[in-house]
Amino acid sequence: MTGNAASSTPFIEIQNVSKYFGDFAAVDSVSLTIGKGELFSILGASGCGKTTLLRILAGFETPSKGRILIDGVDITELPPYERPVNMMFQSYAVFPHMTVEKNVAYGLEKEGIPRVEIKRRVGEMLNMVQLDTFAARKPHQLSGGQRQRVALARALVKRPKVLLLDEPLAALDKKLREHTQFELMGIQYKLGITFVVVTHDQEEAMILSSRIAVMDKGRLIQVGTPKEVYEYPNSRFVADFIGTINMFEGTVVGFDDDSVRVNCKDAGGELVALSDAPPAVGSPVCLAVRPEKIFISKHEPDNTEDTRLAGIVEDLGYFGNLSLYRIRLATGRVVQVSAQNSRRSAERFLEWDDKVFISWRPRSAVLLTD
Amino acid sequence: MIAVAGFRRDMLWQRFTIAIPYLWLLVFFLAPFAIILKISLADPIIAQPPFTPFFDGQGGVAATVDSYLFLLTDKLYAVTYLKSVFMAAVATLLCLALGFPMAYGIARADEGTRNLLLLLIVLPFWISFLLRVYAWMGLLNNHGVINNVLIWLQVIDKPIAFMYTDFAIYVGLVYSYLPFMVLPLYATLERMDLDLVDAAQDLGARPSQAFWDITWPLARPGVIAGCLLVFIPAMGEYVIPYLLGGPESLLIGRVLFDEFFVNRDWPLASAVAIVLLLLLVVPIVFLQRSQARDAEGHA
Ligand SMILES: Nc1ncnc2c1ncn2[C@@H]1O[C@H](COP(=O)(O)OP(=O)(O)OP(=O)(O)O)[C@@H](O)[C@H]1O
Ligand SMILES: [Mg+2]
Repeated sequence: MTGNAASSTPFIEIQNVSKYFGDFAAVDSVSLTIGKGELFSILGASGCGKTTLLRILAGFETPSKGRILIDGVDITELPPYERPVNMMFQSYAVFPHMTVEKNVAYGLEKEGIPRVEIKRRVGEMLNMVQLDTFAARKPHQLSGGQRQRVALARALVKRPKVLLLDEPLAALDKKLREHTQFELMGIQYKLGITFVVVTHDQEEAMILSSRIAVMDKGRLIQVGTPKEVYEYPNSRFVADFIGTINMFEGTVVGFDDDSVRVNCKDAGGELVALSDAPPAVGSPVCLAVRPEKIFISKHEPDNTEDTRLAGIVEDLGYFGNLSLYRIRLATGRVVQVSAQNSRRSAERFLEWDDKVFISWRPRSAVLLTD
Repeated sequence: MIAVAGFRRDMLWQRFTIAIPYLWLLVFFLAPFAIILKISLADPIIAQPPFTPFFDGQGGVAATVDSYLFLLTDKLYAVTYLKSVFMAAVATLLCLALGFPMAYGIARADEGTRNLLLLLIVLPFWISFLLRVYAWMGLLNNHGVINNVLIWLQVIDKPIAFMYTDFAIYVGLVYSYLPFMVLPLYATLERMDLDLVDAAQDLGARPSQAFWDITWPLARPGVIAGCLLVFIPAMGEYVIPYLLGGPESLLIGRVLFDEFFVNRDWPLASAVAIVLLLLLVVPIVFLQRSQARDAEGHA
């Protein structure tokens, strides 16, 4: 068992897969490898092709182009009932005319496993998802969260090599969702099964996954660990889709050692960012900074290496653990800044219309060309 | 308090609106039923009306079960009932075998096609039932379209005698009652979540297994409703066997007609009708039971 750690040997290989509905490319030239025991998330806005990609993996759609290998075996042409893959549907698809126990036993019966063993494995699985007391109930006598667990148990009891989960938590309320996220991670860790989770909730993807693939309009935009995708987005789309970010459009005007100077009209001058692969002078780029990477102060900071801008507090919001500020620069551009509320004080540090300075380290800024 | 009163008033109103059609149905089912039951317990006489009065005029009741006994003694009736049940059952199964794939296809078609197909299913109702059965006579007889085409194609050299056979009755029954099978089946299949079948396949079921494990049980309310909607009228059908069937295909609808209008033995005819009704009550009770069970399972 490899546990939660992503091993580097490719286990699922998606090779240049496309799916067309008519002229429309629901999945467009996707290539991706997923390691054994990974908890891999596919993240994207509604309609970007996440479910279609998952259905291709499960065998319900044949790709128009490309191949899929699992554990070295080409499964592109295998029908769903012969794939070592199980899926948890967005709608759960729990069989309404069968009891919880029957639902979970169904897949094992189809495998022709002896009755005694079915009973034992179903019992174990119901125990694990804490549904043992509900074994005799019909799905309409269950809550949404319980139905979700039936769907999970039904797929897991088959001990698939890969479990595909289509928005497994979308139908649950916030509290239950958070709780279930950790349950899912626990189960995944315990069984060592490779999970591929589809979600449109970026927070969920960040918490759950060992790696994330961000999709847009059928194409993969970026694949990486949650940290990579958050800290080093490779495009405007990813930067904007995951978390909040301030983006300054501009053009490259020059270089100093490893830093790039960008002229941003919005910021009222030149900004600096670090880059390993600096774009050519004159090319249009976007300089992006996360709100929590920006410092805010009433007096101009001395550190001349940092990027410093002056503005006034247009809006502020208190969120308990942190405060959010909207700072209006002289150019009219509004910058979002968040700050930890580390001090407990009756007085607010800043008020509306205060004159302030914002600053960030050059290495906090990301340079985006796509 | 006000809300509760309002709720009560709503309930009353709801009961009232439901009660009116039920009352209507009850009165116009029970009244003829009572009359027929009464006639079936009389003796036939040559008079107007052609049966003895139920009350003997001295405060007593002059009922007799002679007609029912006669039904038991003459084998003709038992044979005819059985034949009617058999033919109606076969026609129902044929309708199911034809109607299920049709309903399935319609339910899975895209929206535009689906509406067109549904329209085609109900289109025959725009033409009188009698005319449509007559049309089948034109199609099936020895010089009819079907025989002519088969001869022209040199499949056969002498016309096949389709008309006045059980085959022609089956054709007529299946043709006439197929929509009553397709529509309720369509209604249940259309509501079914397609992911369920995918899920079954995902769990290792072949397409045929997924059909029998998932689609079929979930379609059962539609299957039962469709079967009853075909079986019940097919059982008492008069026009189709009369026009398309031969003299030997004596069905209970024909017997009923003959007893009433040819033999003018109203008590016997009424007894035939009452027994027919009892035969039909059995499947109806079956439907009620099964629907109650399904309601429990899917609510
Ligand atoms: N069978 C189909 N025929 C035609 N178009 C389809 C079909 N299935 C999906 N699509 C289209 O493909 C695109 C991707 O659909 P998909 O269900 O994969 O989206 P998704 O990312 O799962 O969205 P959501 O988050 O809303 O579930 C959509 O634009 C959808 O309309
Ligand atoms: Mg989806």
